[in-house]
Amino acid sequence: MSTDALVVDGLRHQYGQRLALAGVSFTVARGEIFGLLGPNGSGKTTLFKLLSTLVRPDGGTARVCGRDLLREPDAVRRQLGVVFQRPSVDGKLTVRENLMHHGHLYGLRGADLAGRVKAMSERLSIADRLRDRVETLSGGLQRRVELAKGLLHQPRLLLLDEPATGLDPAARREFTRTLSELRARDGVTIVLTTHYLEEAERCDRVGIMHAGQLIAVDTPDALKARVGGDVVVIHAAEPEALRARIAERFGVELALVDGALRGERPRGHEFLRDVVEAFSGELRSVTFGKPTLEDVFIQLTGERLWDGGEAAAA
Amino acid sequence: MSDVQSEAVWPAIDAAETTRAGVQWGAVQTLWQREIVRFVRQRSRLVGAFAQPLVFWLLLGGGLNNSFRPPGMPVTLTYTAYFYPGVIALVLLFTAIFATIAVVEDRQAGFLQGVLVAPVSRATIVLGQALGCTTLAVVQGAIFLIFAPTVSVPLTVAAVLATIGVEVLIAFGLTCLGLIIAWRMDSTQGFHAIMNLILLPIWLLSGAFFPASGATSWLAVVMAIDPLTYGMAALRRSLYLGDPSAVASLPPMLPSLLVLIAFAGVTFWVAVRTAKRAAA
Repeated sequence: MSTDALVVDGLRHQYGQRLALAGVSFTVARGEIFGLLGPNGSGKTTLFKLLSTLVRPDGGTARVCGRDLLREPDAVRRQLGVVFQRPSVDGKLTVRENLMHHGHLYGLRGADLAGRVKAMSERLSIADRLRDRVETLSGGLQRRVELAKGLLHQPRLLLLDEPATGLDPAARREFTRTLSELRARDGVTIVLTTHYLEEAERCDRVGIMHAGQLIAVDTPDALKARVGGDVVVIHAAEPEALRARIAERFGVELALVDGALRGERPRGHEFLRDVVEAFSGELRSVTFGKPTLEDVFIQLTGERLWDGGEAAAA
Repeated sequence: MSDVQSEAVWPAIDAAETTRAGVQWGAVQTLWQREIVRFVRQRSRLVGAFAQPLVFWLLLGGGLNNSFRPPGMPVTLTYTAYFYPGVIALVLLFTAIFATIAVVEDRQAGFLQGVLVAPVSRATIVLGQALGCTTLAVVQGAIFLIFAPTVSVPLTVAAVLATIGVEVLIAFGLTCLGLIIAWRMDSTQGFHAIMNLILLPIWLLSGAFFPASGATSWLAVVMAIDPLTYGMAALRRSLYLGDPSAVASLPPMLPSLLVLIAFAGVTFWVAVRTAKRAAA
């Protein structure tokens, strides 16, 4: 157990009367990429704030590389690299100035610091932009400066809050690839929060969060295997009525999620064929597919991961 | 799982020991320097903190010069001359306000986020910010001294040095006061109300704008409680070091300085406490 990079033990937090995190426990092994997947308000950002030492928990604790979050916050801070959702680079300063200031905060200086800035900027392909002000860089490049900053002091655990936000799909894939390389080369452990399925899919393990609780933790494949079979989704003019008629005719109870009928069937294509033949006049569309992490989320919570509009962005 | 075990699995961190005073001081310096570099690269802030008081001074001085006859002041003292040290204090106040407003956003979505998770104490962070803002304020306050001859202030080298020293204390106190407010706020929305209700009255009632000798009795009491009253007294006495008779009715130098030092110390202490509570 003591080789785990992160041991979270019953972390709890509330903002006033609102319980944001209701006692969450999990462990992350050294060198693992661990994703926290959940919609906005599920508590994953609160968890990020607690783990990054920004906010003190109301209950429970965590150990980062063997150091206790509450008793040794400074030791924890030294081992953490933190990449925030909102920019923490100073746009008015150059890339080099940002990195130098960051190094000073971690007690780095002189030739050691200069060497690290050079090495890290080469590693993240921003070496030719060191003298440019950060505000003149593209979103993807600014993100890489953030990452360079978070890694400069050689943290053992890298915490990232929604790292994919604001990046286009290509930049997002590129960023994920960089993280995998880091893990492979330095053995750094990575914990990130996300509400993007594709980003969660690329993690070694995923923790699914809902209403302040961690409701499932496993590898993406194992989580999807829990759904069992194929996922069928049926859109109809009158979903409630159709739901009753399908139950009557086939003895299959479908769930009504976000205006659509949804269910997991072992042989989904045959079931759908039967439904289409029986009720073709009442259907708007039918879809059929292998389960995604969103299906896992829906099965566990009865809710979709995003509400309406944002789903299209993923 | 005992601590001994985890130590064996995770060997001691080789990074610098942050408990060492040298490292904390290095962090203070880096934050201090950042404030100055940012300011130099944002010209609009210079206009706000320097030009605005200058305009106030010219307009109010020009308008009130002939109607300003306070009791207990030399008859030869024009309003432009009386208001001049007050405008220096206003430059210090505005710089402190603008610098600390920036802290609110910096904390929510900016560089300060990263500083807060770094292994440096809250006192270090507040000291770095306060010294940075104080430097900006004092440089502008010192530049304002070039106008002294226009209002017949008998400046000597000693007077200039004393004035700058007093400016440092005033600016540090006002900056810490601004930081206390900034660290409590989640958005800049409410800052204007606070500025109008707390910060500007502190300046208005300090003797910067009108003397206590001519004020209604209850207002004179409030002015005597205002710590900036003693800051203004020390500032005026420093400026008129070559001609003490011009400032004879003000509180004496030594007590004024002591109040000013206490003001800077207390506001700094409260700012550190506020920062600790805002993001422990």
